[in-house]
Amino acid sequence: MALSRIVITGVGLTAPNGNSLSEYRANLLAGKAGIEFIDVRYMGRVPAGVCNYDPLRYQKKKEVRIGTRAGSISVYCANEAVKDCSIDWESIDKDRVGIYVGTTEHGNVETENEIYNISKFDYDTKFWSHHHNPRTVANNPAGEVSLNMKITGPAYTLGAACAAGNVGVIQATQMLRLGEVDFAIAGGVSESIHTFGIFAGFKSQGALAMHEDPMKASRPFDAKRNGIVVSEGGCLYALERLEDAVARGAKIYGEIAGYHINSDASDYVLPNPARQTECMEKALNNATMAGQDIQIVNTHATATPQGDVQECEAIAKVFADCPNTYINNTKSFIGHSMGAAGSLELAGNLSAFEDGIVHATINVEDLDPKCDLPNLVVNEPHTIKQVDAVLNNSFGMLGINSALIVKRYDA
Amino acid sequence: MTKDECKKLVLDIIADIAPDEDLSDVKPDVKLRDQLELDSMDFLDIVMELRKQHSIEVPEADYQELASLDSCAEYLTPKFNALV
Repeated sequence: MALSRIVITGVGLTAPNGNSLSEYRANLLAGKAGIEFIDVRYMGRVPAGVCNYDPLRYQKKKEVRIGTRAGSISVYCANEAVKDCSIDWESIDKDRVGIYVGTTEHGNVETENEIYNISKFDYDTKFWSHHHNPRTVANNPAGEVSLNMKITGPAYTLGAACAAGNVGVIQATQMLRLGEVDFAIAGGVSESIHTFGIFAGFKSQGALAMHEDPMKASRPFDAKRNGIVVSEGGCLYALERLEDAVARGAKIYGEIAGYHINSDASDYVLPNPARQTECMEKALNNATMAGQDIQIVNTHATATPQGDVQECEAIAKVFADCPNTYINNTKSFIGHSMGAAGSLELAGNLSAFEDGIVHATINVEDLDPKCDLPNLVVNEPHTIKQVDAVLNNSFGMLGINSALIVKRYDA
Repeated sequence: MTKDECKKLVLDIIADIAPDEDLSDVKPDVKLRDQLELDSMDFLDIVMELRKQHSIEVPEADYQELASLDSCAEYLTPKFNALV
């Protein structure tokens, strides 16, 4: 049975360096990062990626007050994606719209806030908010989109650590192919900068970045990299079956060519390059492509000393004989946007189908020899003749790996 | 505390809970839910803010006393005055 072809027809995003695809892409090509110092409860000053989208563009003040930051980011991105795809939103059947939002974690922010709140009342739980449960259920970000946009189809989150942004898009692809929905809003979001626990956990693990200049704190592949810059953000796509998109004359950003998700089954936090290699190879097989067919590999690399090297080992194996495959990294600009990382980083490269430019990985002052991959695009963007396919890596804790391949669509 | 001061205090709480609402012309004798977009969760917020900000407890059996500004003032003013 031939599977339906699935295409991206809309993009809604907020990143620490842009609140639309055009602004984000322009800053990636201009080398403009978006990291600043913030004060985190109990932690003090840490570098982080902060988004400055306008929540009130699509939400009432009361929705912002009752909801969560992840919900608000999701609502912004979903509305932007639908607007961008130019579908006749009023006339489509909302029962046939699916919402699939990837998250690394959800509920930490809201739980920490409530514990802090009752600490002011001698830990008396009668001061614990009745909003706690709807804020912390795992489906909260997707549910807030459903409420805001009156979408009555399936709406849920996918917990997949930092592979979640890719997994959200993959889930949407599968549901469109199964015929469960006719239109999908999918990707990933993160509110993680609002929980001290994420920062404290990475610090205890020896994996939290620090640099006197926050814009230089996220530095994958650099010899002096010292860990992760935590960021918030979101990117949700409008996805449709190709025939539906063509029938309504939609702009098509790209086509889902293939994907794979697998598990290391080896450690809670340490990556496993053998499984990462398999994940990329199986995604290529799924797309009926070879390594030579990929022009851009967007790395997951988070700027941890070990993780970057291991991903480079995996990429070196899969793309050993691919002189026209270029490697880049988006976290060097925006930090690690956790659940949003997969979808935001893919978005950073989608425009390459139109402009043929591979955005760089920045902040590489002294390239780690162990990360010196052929065709690693360092500090300055690189223009190539044509970009036909992008492979987007996103890996996460507990050993989840994902590789998503998006290819150019030519009518 | 006078009843008018009590109504003002309740309106201040509602302003935070329902920030999109225009509170300039709230009729004191009309149910709050009939003139503002307030749901049951919002009334729980009012109860919570009375507890947090003013140490006033409203038992669940008395929630209906918060129906209008007038009934709020009738019910809450003695509670406020009992605090001092």
